[in-house]
Amino acid sequence: MKKRILAFLLSVALLGITLCGCGGTTGPGTSGSAGAKDGSVVVAIAQDLDDSLDPHRMVAAGTKEVLFNVFEGLVKPTPDGELIPAVAASHTISEDGTVYTFTLREGVKFHNGETVTADDVVYSIERCAGIRGGELLVEAFSIIKSVEKKDEKTVAITLTAADGDFLSYLTAAIIPEGYEQQETAPIGTGPFRFASRTPQESVVLEKFEEYWGTPAYLNKVTVRIIENGDALVLALQSGSVDICANLTTTQIAQIQGKGYNVVESTMNLVQALYLNNAEKPFDDERVRQALCYAVDKQTVLDLMADGHGTAIGSSMYPTFGKYFMEELTDHYTQNVEKARELLTQAGYPHGFTFTIKVPSNHQPHIDTAEVLKEQFKAIGVTAEIQLITWESWLSDVYVGRQFQGTVVGVDAGNMTARALLERFTSTYSKNFINYNNPAYDQLFAQVLEERDDARRTDLYKQMQRQLTETAANVYIQDLANLVAIRENLTGYEFYPMYVMDMSTVRYVD
Amino acid sequence: MRYAVRKVLTLLMTMLIVSFLAFLAFELVSGDAAVALLGTNATQERLEALREELGLNRPFMTRYFSWLAGFFTGDLGVSFSYKIPVSGLVGQKIPATLTLSLMSFVLIVAASIPLGMWSVRWEGRKGRVWRTIDAVRTTFNQLFMSIPPFFSGILISWVFGILLRWFQPGGAFPTPAEPGRFLWHLLFPAVAIALPRVAMTVRMLRSTIIFQMNSDYVRTAISRGNDRSNVLWRHVLRNALPPVVAFLAQTMAEVVAGSIVVEQVFGVPGLGRLLLGGISGRDWPVVQSIIVILAFWVVLAGTLGDLVSQRIDPRLRLGGDGE
Repeated sequence: MKKRILAFLLSVALLGITLCGCGGTTGPGTSGSAGAKDGSVVVAIAQDLDDSLDPHRMVAAGTKEVLFNVFEGLVKPTPDGELIPAVAASHTISEDGTVYTFTLREGVKFHNGETVTADDVVYSIERCAGIRGGELLVEAFSIIKSVEKKDEKTVAITLTAADGDFLSYLTAAIIPEGYEQQETAPIGTGPFRFASRTPQESVVLEKFEEYWGTPAYLNKVTVRIIENGDALVLALQSGSVDICANLTTTQIAQIQGKGYNVVESTMNLVQALYLNNAEKPFDDERVRQALCYAVDKQTVLDLMADGHGTAIGSSMYPTFGKYFMEELTDHYTQNVEKARELLTQAGYPHGFTFTIKVPSNHQPHIDTAEVLKEQFKAIGVTAEIQLITWESWLSDVYVGRQFQGTVVGVDAGNMTARALLERFTSTYSKNFINYNNPAYDQLFAQVLEERDDARRTDLYKQMQRQLTETAANVYIQDLANLVAIRENLTGYEFYPMYVMDMSTVRYVD
Repeated sequence: MRYAVRKVLTLLMTMLIVSFLAFLAFELVSGDAAVALLGTNATQERLEALREELGLNRPFMTRYFSWLAGFFTGDLGVSFSYKIPVSGLVGQKIPATLTLSLMSFVLIVAASIPLGMWSVRWEGRKGRVWRTIDAVRTTFNQLFMSIPPFFSGILISWVFGILLRWFQPGGAFPTPAEPGRFLWHLLFPAVAIALPRVAMTVRMLRSTIIFQMNSDYVRTAISRGNDRSNVLWRHVLRNALPPVVAFLAQTMAEVVAGSIVVEQVFGVPGLGRLLLGGISGRDWPVVQSIIVILAFWVVLAGTLGDLVSQRIDPRLRLGGDGE
């Protein structure tokens, strides 16, 4: 027996030595900056692309962010928030605003090598509009009456009514007709082609050599999924990662001196304490206003992210440029007296207790809720924070509307003011706060009919003012987005939406 | 033979019950795959449409039995999230978790038995020096027992990855196609999983050995002229092993749980990350399959433990069949 145990222990020891032996020769990893030679980068993201990769069906912001590099629509957005021609070289809009005619660009190729035809365009738009028997995938396309191929290079889209924002939705991806594997092996026309996905590990994009426009500088982009925050910091410290966005100030501090530049923008989210306007006590405008008067936004920013981020006062964030109204940010400044007075008028002289539901996977929102809770104490309001899973948040709060207050960030699906503001019209299906303001609905109806851009902008601004004055929600901030980029990389561009454009990123010599 | 039949039946029953409970748990938590998939694009109509498409609208038992039928015919279904067959998805994650678990188990056994024997070597000696050594040993043992694997994982990554650069945290994880690098990279998470279990096993072995050392047969053996270390390895270890083997069998089941946590820290492409992702995405075809695999592993570990114990202690074998 003794011999047998001894033999076992010896063999284990031997195995151990062998392992160490292997390690000695192959262990030390290759340096991360080797990418400069073959033009490859590693981008770390914190969530898996566990979603359909079909551009018309994908939902998760994290999936869209990455596949922005793979797909293009008839038009595409620029970092300045403008729309420029992409698959279409040009377009005209009829006098009454109901017919959009697109002339396709010559020689645009899909990643499978085939040339984009008018048929592909008709197919893609009809698919999104649910005209081909499927469901409606892009809600704004419900007003499409027909999509017609005029000739090999011309497509006309006819609407049932004019819509000044319609062009923005034509960023919807153009995909090859009859290709059935978009969900797992997507094909588009973008500067990068999809190479592979390994669930929970990585997604690989490769430069598309036959891209019609300015080609990408990089040959290969590996998007690596690192969900654990500590593992992410270690990966950055070891140099395994070249680019990583959405870092916290603490994480940035941990990678000081490790060869990264840090660039800052905002996350393009409207972070607020969203209030259920149909639920007591928040069905009373004065109560909502009282909460707004209780909050000092700068303190929230300071405590959460050392002052990074941008305070906001309505459902619009600063990168939206012409629509953003800075003056609304300070519409309510902290005023405890006034808050108490409003509460007394509303019949709550001694305050009240309510529950804030916060998705447990979003630390910034949890932190914000904690600060708000403290600030509400001054006006006699007790907030109880309840952490729930993201899925519960979606089903109970967002779809079920069973909540009093919730701290989250709401983003815009595309670069229109409409994407942020239509949400609060009383009949809209995603109006999860049950905001009901006839004046607001009226303004939105006017926007839809208006075609003059200046007047539309003005109407959208009036809508924002309505949200602020009626204190629809307690608006807080657009969170800071801190991005670490390896020192020898340049060209990273920020967009007014949640995308990550790798086509402009390049190594400096 | 009867033993084998009984074990197989136990295994099947366990897997059946576990799979049913997992299914039930999914039924009880709020949010389903449709909600998780649609995210903030969800509206009542779209949810309904997707539920219909994914077959989530069928009655609970119908869904369970159709899954079960699929399982027995080798069809594990298609992942809701990734839209690819579950068998391929799970299959490609098994090697890492299996290797990691076995490796940490081997480390636990290889380290704890000699350490346990070594820890009792000077047991009973008087004097300040011995007391100090004992205190240091106990402190370290206690310390390693209480460090959770994810924390030691971070420390190990930092020391060996950042300072010593023996491996690269966050780098592409090697595949089993390069066995050398694959094993080398798994060694670090394996150590993280093994540390607390080694400490526990050492403590357990130590206390059973000390108990045995005070028995009459040991005194007899020593009085007959055997030296201490000889008695320890020849007689005491053998008598001290059965409870330790039972403990190790449990450990074998638990290293899998440990690996689920540690995989996150080291970026190991294993079942753990897939399981967690599957749970939050309410992707039950994936979760069900992984849970059944884990149940299989746990029962297997218990059975192996039984067999080894019987081999070491024939008394268990004689009375074995009748419990």
